[in-house]
Amino acid sequence: MIKKMPDKDGHFGIFGGRYAAETLMPALIDLERVYAKAQADKKFQKEFDYYQRQYAGRPTPLYFAQRMTKTMGGAKIYLKREDLNHTGSHKINNTLGQALLARRMGKKKVIAETGAGQHGVATATVAALFGMECKIFMGEEDIRRQAPNVFRMKILGAEVVPVKSGTATLKDAMNEAMRYWVSSVRDTFYIIGTTAGPHPYPVMVRNFQSVIGRETKRQIKKEEGRNPDILVACVGGGSNALGMFYSFYQEKKLKMVGVEAAGYGLNTSQHSASINAGAVGVLHGNKTYVLQDAHGQVRDAYSIAAGLDYPGVGPEHAYFHAAKRVDYVTVTDKEAIDAFSFLSRQEGIIPAMESAHALAYTMKIAPKMSKNKIIIVCLSGRGDKDAQTIVEKGDI
Amino acid sequence: MATRIGKIFDELRAKNEKALVVYLTAGDPSLEMTKKIILALGKSGVDIVEIGVPFSDPTADGPVIQEAAQRSLKGRTTLRGVLQMIAELRKISQIPIVLFGYFNPIYAYGAEKFARDATRAGVDGVLVVDLPPEEAAELKKHTDAAGIDFISLIAPTTGKQRAKKIASSATGFLYYISITGVTGTAVPKIGDIEADLKIIRKISSLPVVVGFGISRPEQARQIGRLADGVVIGSAVVKLIAENTSRRDMVEIVAGFAREIKEALR
Repeated sequence: MIKKMPDKDGHFGIFGGRYAAETLMPALIDLERVYAKAQADKKFQKEFDYYQRQYAGRPTPLYFAQRMTKTMGGAKIYLKREDLNHTGSHKINNTLGQALLARRMGKKKVIAETGAGQHGVATATVAALFGMECKIFMGEEDIRRQAPNVFRMKILGAEVVPVKSGTATLKDAMNEAMRYWVSSVRDTFYIIGTTAGPHPYPVMVRNFQSVIGRETKRQIKKEEGRNPDILVACVGGGSNALGMFYSFYQEKKLKMVGVEAAGYGLNTSQHSASINAGAVGVLHGNKTYVLQDAHGQVRDAYSIAAGLDYPGVGPEHAYFHAAKRVDYVTVTDKEAIDAFSFLSRQEGIIPAMESAHALAYTMKIAPKMSKNKIIIVCLSGRGDKDAQTIVEKGDI
Repeated sequence: MATRIGKIFDELRAKNEKALVVYLTAGDPSLEMTKKIILALGKSGVDIVEIGVPFSDPTADGPVIQEAAQRSLKGRTTLRGVLQMIAELRKISQIPIVLFGYFNPIYAYGAEKFARDATRAGVDGVLVVDLPPEEAAELKKHTDAAGIDFISLIAPTTGKQRAKKIASSATGFLYYISITGVTGTAVPKIGDIEADLKIIRKISSLPVVVGFGISRPEQARQIGRLADGVVIGSAVVKLIAENTSRRDMVEIVAGFAREIKEALR
């Protein structure tokens, strides 16, 4: 049995913690206290549930992918349709929670980093909803390849701040957001989009996302009268995966698989497989697996899926890996693109390129499993935003 | 055991002078030049040098030091290389040296090995920006054993109770961050610094230096009246970058330091 984590300082075994600049420490400690109070406050929970239901559109369906299952000829495949949330991904679960906390703390300004733009859109959305000023930090390269989401953020009234440093992707956007936060911490709330960052972010984001797994558990019981055999989710920072896994990790005989982005392949330097190809290190406020060189310099990550393009991973994933509770596998760009097209044409669902990684792995294992087995895939977001990437790749 | 850092503050106090601490990024433009600049700084009255170990993701630094780190990393600077440079420097200079940086390069090097090698090279103190007291033990137990001062930061946001906790485990000196921001990005307000230093003085007898936004002699003079020293970082790094191709770059940098030091006498 895996112990309940994290400890009081945000450690998941040797991972996690709070490796932050002193200027931010008081804000992090304050946030931890406010969050603990909110968790125990029925009013807060009720409000959070209300917005999840009436605004985000929860619960999301657990959809039996009948054609896909038939074509694969093996295990039954269910899709947890997080793509059907308002704003098009699971990210809204977390931004609603954090925006409510920001409101409790009397902060009228929010900032966020974004890679694919899904978290940026979800943050801009809640900022509009609660009348908050909003700045989104986004790498220039991501601004280019995720243009539709940039327009959405602007329509919602957010300012999109282009980040030019490094590879101009998610890692650099997070660096810049942290720098901005250091300068504005007195009146600004930083809405981190994934289960990374300094404590309490990893645990807080996981808890806000855990609604995914709670619903799934109930829904599969209703459909099949039992737990699934395998859960599959993509892992960049890892928030949709932890949201899905958290309600299940203590279930015996249930396998959980996190799918990292292999980009052009693990034998190249062009991938984002922090767990499979990284080493333990400290990045963005927590200890975890990090893509880095022998001297502790963080390497640039790469994936066709902007939301997976991150050289670290949430510390709880690092812990689940070390404790061998979750299997972490990889899927290449090419496999993800194939799965993207496959699901679009088989089920009429265009998945986010991130979620397509989870689908690609599912397509590898489902045919080899017997028909009475059940796989649930977390379909974390919809793929409209990826249309341009696919067109550029010449795939349609 | 009085370290070079403890000694220099004793000497300065006796002379009624304030410390000038100069930060520069190691390996920008090269480790050889870093060594030359430090030697010149020592001769122009700089009391302590903070040698920045470049890191790929310097989240507490403004654009000037970020870019210096990037240039340095392009030149393949490593922590090992920085320690070697310090060891060579130590043969000809006794200037107190603080290594300034982020935890990951040290973690990758190995905390225990780092402390051993750093003390052997002649490092007197370390300041790790992303290692608050809550996480410091994994490095501090080794630097303590090696006799290296563990310099701690206090920010304008810190608050009295927390400042007490930080001061209680700090050695060498306390580093007060004069702006709520990253390095070299704002002008500190004297009134705010004065109020915070009053509090810090009550809770600790360690020397207090002030840094993060100081770039001119007049600022140094004003802050020098309140603190035991000032840190000049981005202004020096910028000067190095702007004059990097000039033959008299070292003299230009040393001249600037001399001007600041004059304001602290």
